[in-house]
Amino acid sequence: MWKWLHPYANPEVSYNFTNKMLPWLAWLAAIFLSIGLVWALLFAPADYQQGHSFRIFYVHVPAASLSMGIYFAMAVAAFSSLVWQLKLADASAAAMAPVGAAFTAIALITGAAWGKPMWGTWWIWDARLTSELILLFLYLGVIALHSAFEDKNLAGKAAGILTLVGVINIPIIKYSVDWWNTLHQGSTVSKLGKPSMSLDMLWPFIFCFIGFSLLVGVIVCLRFRNEILARNSIRPWVRELVQQNTTK
Amino acid sequence: MTLKAQSAELTTTTTSTEHAKSSVRLSYRHAFMLVLKRDLTIAMRHKDDIINPLLFFVIVITLFPLGIGPEAQTLSRIAPGIIWVAALLATLLSLDRLFKSDHQDGSLEQMLLSPHPIFLLVLAKILAHWIITGLPLILIAPLLAVLLHLNEQSYTALLLTLLLGTPVLSLLGAIGVALTVGIKKGGVLLSLLVLPLYIPVLIFATSAIDTAALGLPYSGQLAIIAALFFGSLSLAPFAVGAALKVSTN
Repeated sequence: MWKWLHPYANPEVSYNFTNKMLPWLAWLAAIFLSIGLVWALLFAPADYQQGHSFRIFYVHVPAASLSMGIYFAMAVAAFSSLVWQLKLADASAAAMAPVGAAFTAIALITGAAWGKPMWGTWWIWDARLTSELILLFLYLGVIALHSAFEDKNLAGKAAGILTLVGVINIPIIKYSVDWWNTLHQGSTVSKLGKPSMSLDMLWPFIFCFIGFSLLVGVIVCLRFRNEILARNSIRPWVRELVQQNTTK
Repeated sequence: MTLKAQSAELTTTTTSTEHAKSSVRLSYRHAFMLVLKRDLTIAMRHKDDIINPLLFFVIVITLFPLGIGPEAQTLSRIAPGIIWVAALLATLLSLDRLFKSDHQDGSLEQMLLSPHPIFLLVLAKILAHWIITGLPLILIAPLLAVLLHLNEQSYTALLLTLLLGTPVLSLLGAIGVALTVGIKKGGVLLSLLVLPLYIPVLIFATSAIDTAALGLPYSGQLAIIAALFFGSLSLAPFAVGAALKVSTN
């Protein structure tokens, strides 16, 4: 596996690889998202209790689980950059952080939009909402630390340490918030007892989920490419690339 | 004089270990005590560094009754939260000093170059920070609890949570300071990084005090804060060491 993997430590090879991957990812994301969203928003049956407002879950749930997934991916990248000194892992972590923050914000906003008709309020201090909000703060901290350093390499290392500290803390924060909520508030909001999802609701959900995951892949690839170029701007191959593009 | 001699001792032993490893080398305990004493001495010479965060703590707490109203019942309901949030903010204010001056005069780099494990030196610095800021806070907290009409049954809980919780604040905060020490305007950034990490301590500490007010046993919450303490005690110095290496670069 190492033999197969090690050429990608070279920025140029990685750049070309993401270049090749991008159209595939982009097309697949477009196909899955258009099928999934149209199916989910127009054709899937309405929920017997919540009517049409449950449809926002087709965006909300993928965004929420991706927000956690991206943080975990960032932690893996940070770990490998700190342990094996892979500079590109730093670049990928830097590429992922704003995407993750955006998806966390999407999850929070769609959650609030759903909460207004269902719970009658935009915001309650529910355990899940609170820990998602704290996750957003952690993301913003990583981004802020990243932009505070002039030197990109130092920024990557510092943000990596913070990401790892955060990943240890996320479960602790999550459980403490759960605990806090049950203690202080009691379950005033009855969580909708999830009836096992019917298949005509589940399929569009799967499409949406895959579509959004691919969308994350596309955005991260685009940002990763930019990071590579920005960090290697003095290399000859980058200059050649720029010249090719300007003469076109 | 003693201060200079101490830091000189530390640096000479650190540079000369190559040829005189066995004879001059400090034991771990000695090095730990040396750093601790040095930091405490520096703090005693700048007494305003000790007093100002404490003053901040007191003033923030007096602001709350003025903003919310003097009803004893409301105040005693929110007292644990106010005291703990004020403690978090006071710790945050004082954190900046933990590495900043050492970074500016270069002694931090000397410590990183020394043959002693960074873990140990960092731990000594954090302990000194806690003695300077955490301990006075614990001593003055009961007085402020009186001002806020804290329930009488909760005093022990308040003291115990502060005793176990403030070291966690110093330990976690040290990670944030170590990450931001090389940045010009790290102050606001520091609070952004550190405050989310303080949430578990806040939750369990206030809940222990609330539970004590009801006359129920609060050993569970204390046990969790103790777990947080030992967890951060064993892990945070590693992160601080790594972060300092990045920051001093």
